[in-house]
Amino acid sequence: MENKSIEQLNDICSQVRRDCLRMVHGVQSGHPGAALGLTEYFVALFFKEMTHNNQFQMDGKGEDLFFLSNGHVSALWYAVLARSGYFGVEELGTFRKINTRLQGHPATEEGLPGIRIASGSLGQGLSVALGAAQVKKLNGDDKLVYAVMGDGEQQEGQVWEAAMYAAHYKIDNVIAAIDYNGQQIDGPTEKVMDLKNLKAKWEAFGWEVIDIKKGNDMEAVLAGLAQAKGLTGKGKPVLILLYTEMGYGVDFMVGTHKWHGIAPSDAELANALGQLKETLGDY
Amino acid sequence: MEKTLDLKFTYTEKKDTRSGFGDGLLEAGRQNPNVVGLCADLIGSLKMGAFQKEFPERFFQVGIAEANMIGLAAGMTIGGKIPFTGTFANFSTGRVYDQIRQSVAYSGKNVKICASHAGLTLGEDGATHQILEDVGMMKMLPHMTVINPCDYNQTKAATLALVNHEGPAYLRFGRPSWPIFTPKDQEFVIGKAWKMIEGTDVTIFATGHLVWEAVVAEAMLREEGISAEVINIHTIKPLDEEAILASVAKTGCAVSAEEHQINGGLGDSIAQTLIRNNPAPLEYVGVMDSFGESGTPTQLLEKYGLNAENIVKAAKKAIARKMSY
Repeated sequence: MENKSIEQLNDICSQVRRDCLRMVHGVQSGHPGAALGLTEYFVALFFKEMTHNNQFQMDGKGEDLFFLSNGHVSALWYAVLARSGYFGVEELGTFRKINTRLQGHPATEEGLPGIRIASGSLGQGLSVALGAAQVKKLNGDDKLVYAVMGDGEQQEGQVWEAAMYAAHYKIDNVIAAIDYNGQQIDGPTEKVMDLKNLKAKWEAFGWEVIDIKKGNDMEAVLAGLAQAKGLTGKGKPVLILLYTEMGYGVDFMVGTHKWHGIAPSDAELANALGQLKETLGDY
Repeated sequence: MEKTLDLKFTYTEKKDTRSGFGDGLLEAGRQNPNVVGLCADLIGSLKMGAFQKEFPERFFQVGIAEANMIGLAAGMTIGGKIPFTGTFANFSTGRVYDQIRQSVAYSGKNVKICASHAGLTLGEDGATHQILEDVGMMKMLPHMTVINPCDYNQTKAATLALVNHEGPAYLRFGRPSWPIFTPKDQEFVIGKAWKMIEGTDVTIFATGHLVWEAVVAEAMLREEGISAEVINIHTIKPLDEEAILASVAKTGCAVSAEEHQINGGLGDSIAQTLIRNNPAPLEYVGVMDSFGESGTPTQLLEKYGLNAENIVKAAKKAIARKMSY
């Protein structure tokens, strides 16, 4: 848990967004939309809320653990890990390029510090997080396990297998979050496959559900995380419905699925970077 | 009929290989506090009840949710546990292939996928449950070890060996009561083939339940003056290529015998080894690109051409092909 001000955290967000855009632009491939939308949440976790060690240990004993189920947000995770000191920021320039440790989707195969499981094929991350959370209990480790999923990912059946399991076993040391941006590759979730009342569904599965209505507002994110932490240890798993805007921070990317999986051109990158302050020095 | 033969290996007791797994798991739990068990609503079928009873805090009933089970197991390795998952072979592989691929194999997790009711000898439940493709799916995955022991004792030994083996593994066993013809408390070395019977005319490479059929076939061939070598390939991956090549260098031809599709099974692995090193005639005993059906194990092995008589025929054919080279 680091003692950073809201202003400092927002400065990190601005830099991380620049990193993400430059990474995706540099290889002309990747997923900028959800990365920009989840930036506040990731920065809040890695620079404020989580107890974690950038001298990476796979077992993570005595640390809070983080699992990303919607692995296509990889650019954001890599940027946050690099800015947290897990590896040098210059390595961000290798994103998605041949011989990189920064694979298109997160992987352990190349030994990138910070990654504990491969993800990208959707629906699997919550199950993994729950297994890790149960082992924390077996090991007498009181730290928490965080998991992030996409909202489109809620269409995967395995998510609901995991949801049922967590409540049955009272896994109350996990905080899962759904990136509730209402978008998926083929369009708005309500048109592709309507999720209907997600909150009611998760509550019906036995979870404690809270909203973070302003998922791109650092103060609101921190308040929501504090609330979520307060709900742990009480016999129920905790879910955050994290309302975000895809592409947040760049005016022409915000609020549309169009930027789910395409890279900005040179001109678009210049325009976008003009909207985001360089606070920590570009890699 | 087999009783009248002069068998090199005999038995006094029959038992299911799944019980070898269950008893091995219990002993593994006693030996190593990090061993945990997961099961998808088949505790009785998988013989995991004794482990559950003795180690309730290390056992996880996951319900009928195999995809979740695989993910949970992968997560449980983080923090140092050694998870053994249990369900039928069909639901252990095809149903959860992507979960195994991403969360276990590609992620290099120390998960032991333990699969019962594999193959035709599942019997009366029929083709929906008689998976004959699982070895192929599992052996294709990088990092995956694939083991198919032949009887109760070997299955128990394999289960125990997996505790000290770091990395993803698939352990395949079955439902029927089957001769126990290998030694109790045997040493099980993963990846090391076991030459059970020496011979000079043909090598029979068998795995799983069909090792017994190979032992019977050897005696039948011997009565006809044919000397067959029988090698127990309990580990299909990594394959003991050295043992395979050494044997075929001597005998000049081979038969593979497995309770699996011929496409993608043990036979294909042996063929690949031979063709790259020492091309020699190889006959397949396996299921010829079809699904199974309901019946008793004995009836099914006969109908689908997997019993000792079929191994004998294949051996003669391999020898004839060798002669015409």
